[in-house]
Amino acid sequence: MSQDKKVLQGKAHKFGHDINTDYIISGRYKFKTLDNEELARHLLEDLNPHFYEHLSPGDFIVAGENFGCGSSREQAPLAIKYARIGAVLAKSFARIFYRNALNVGLPIIQTDTENIEQGNELVVDLAKGKVFITKKNLSLAIKPFPSFVLDIIEAGGLTEYFKKYGGWKKNSV
Amino acid sequence: MSMTITEKILASHCGRAKVRGGEFIEVDIDVVFANDITAPLAIKKFREWGGKRVFDQEKVILLPDHFTPNRDIKAAGQCLLLKEFARQQDITNYFEVGRVGIEHILLPEKGLVLPGDLIIGADSHTCTAGALGAFASGVGSTDLAAAMIIGKIWLKVPSTIKFIYKGKLKEWVTAKDLILYTIGDIGVEGASYKSMEFSGEVISGLSMAGRFTMCNMAIEAGAKNGIIEPDEITLQFVQGRNKRDYSLYHSDPEAEYLEVKEYDVSRLEPQVALPSLPSNTKGISELGEIHIDQVVIGCCTNGHFEDLRIAAGLLKGKKVHSQVRLIIIPATPLIYLEALKKGLLQVFLEAGAVISPPTCGPCLGGHMGVLGEGEVAVATTNRNFTGRMGHPKSKVYLASPAVAAASAIKGRIANPEEISRSQPHSLDSY
Repeated sequence: MSQDKKVLQGKAHKFGHDINTDYIISGRYKFKTLDNEELARHLLEDLNPHFYEHLSPGDFIVAGENFGCGSSREQAPLAIKYARIGAVLAKSFARIFYRNALNVGLPIIQTDTENIEQGNELVVDLAKGKVFITKKNLSLAIKPFPSFVLDIIEAGGLTEYFKKYGGWKKNSV
Repeated sequence: MSMTITEKILASHCGRAKVRGGEFIEVDIDVVFANDITAPLAIKKFREWGGKRVFDQEKVILLPDHFTPNRDIKAAGQCLLLKEFARQQDITNYFEVGRVGIEHILLPEKGLVLPGDLIIGADSHTCTAGALGAFASGVGSTDLAAAMIIGKIWLKVPSTIKFIYKGKLKEWVTAKDLILYTIGDIGVEGASYKSMEFSGEVISGLSMAGRFTMCNMAIEAGAKNGIIEPDEITLQFVQGRNKRDYSLYHSDPEAEYLEVKEYDVSRLEPQVALPSLPSNTKGISELGEIHIDQVVIGCCTNGHFEDLRIAAGLLKGKKVHSQVRLIIIPATPLIYLEALKKGLLQVFLEAGAVISPPTCGPCLGGHMGVLGEGEVAVATTNRNFTGRMGHPKSKVYLASPAVAAASAIKGRIANPEEISRSQPHSLDSY
């Protein structure tokens, strides 16, 4: 993992439980385009029509349980990534979204998000496995990844992983 | 060593005698498929990675079923990508409009997915095929691209929750009601990362169509796969369709389950999932009066011939309510043809319904029945998330084909019991 990716810093945008892939990027858009920048502009707009306009690069999406439930559309993590979200933090992730996010190189962090409030400044240290809420002077532990998943994250996604290793690493799984 | 059916299929595809829940394994894939929404991204990745040939032209299947017949120029562009890729790669099973159907119903119908298979599809409802006694799970486009190149995928072995259904279903209570009830009970992440194994006398009594409906919605509880052990009904369905051998796996009596849930469903009434989660389920008598603008009968959940037959049984000699649009979507060309031959299409047209070509269309707000602001639909589909079928302020109620048809007649969500039949046993005449 490159140095700049190890420590992430930004503002929390808080959402609830069961944020599904239709909320993240509506089916109205996903079939229309392979243009990720265009998808990003519609990120979460059914929940908050001006969400994209209020984002600064590196900001975090913070949610409750089961983030990314619903369809298998990879456009969901792509739209988040191309909106320049630093990482998604949630109590738990839906299975297909979890794979897709790692595969496209979007950092996703499983942690207890209860204490994070809308607008809180966060510092996320992936290497140390910590989330720090600046205002509250509070550290949260990150649920660790299996080692071969860490390899994929370090490579920056499955495409980069494949380029790096030319396929699956021996005994990686 | 005792194993569940899911563990047995996974073990056999990674050359091991035994696998356990939580282990990471790399498995050989029997079938890989994608559609007009997920394949374009996968093809892009395939090329980025310098992919030359798919690992097996017979095992990679492409089906443009979501926004076909092409709904606009952009959708046409996506489909063109599929078509060109299929031609370039000599893909045996590429289905053009006219031959394509909704993937999760077409693949079993054509015998392209079989018992014991390991099936990976770039669509979350890939879990439908588990009804054959296969392991089937949905992935995204990047995983799919890798699978198309190497014919393998890494998986975490899921632990299994076993669901046992006992009793005798009341009239008008169907597989859709069973699965809606189950999701209502365990919640939209009640089976997250797990396998859902459906069993018991009620499941044994279901047709294949009903079994597909159950497994189809496993993902709505967050499951990795839904599965039903193969039996005589499975074999009857498969025989004559299969062009290759298949394997029958069964769970050992001593297999380990994370949890076993038993339901006595004798008193279950038709279920409806209220907006905006499939788990927001109620018995139909608890609903009150809910007026509707549109009814959709179709989708990978309930676009089977049997589903249309149930709807036609209720609609025969009746009229769709003057304020309601009823959209019927046979899932495949063969189902469409059967519906034509058996007179179902005439029943629908005489009732005032419109019949769509096979497509996923309105289920995800694509075309062929998108909702306007504030409109309310009853649909036999699988998701009722906000804005799923159109405008963010529209609403979708999920129900069985019987409830959907009854509602279309009444103009409000209605129990099929309310519909008097035009002639005794009209349902059986189809």
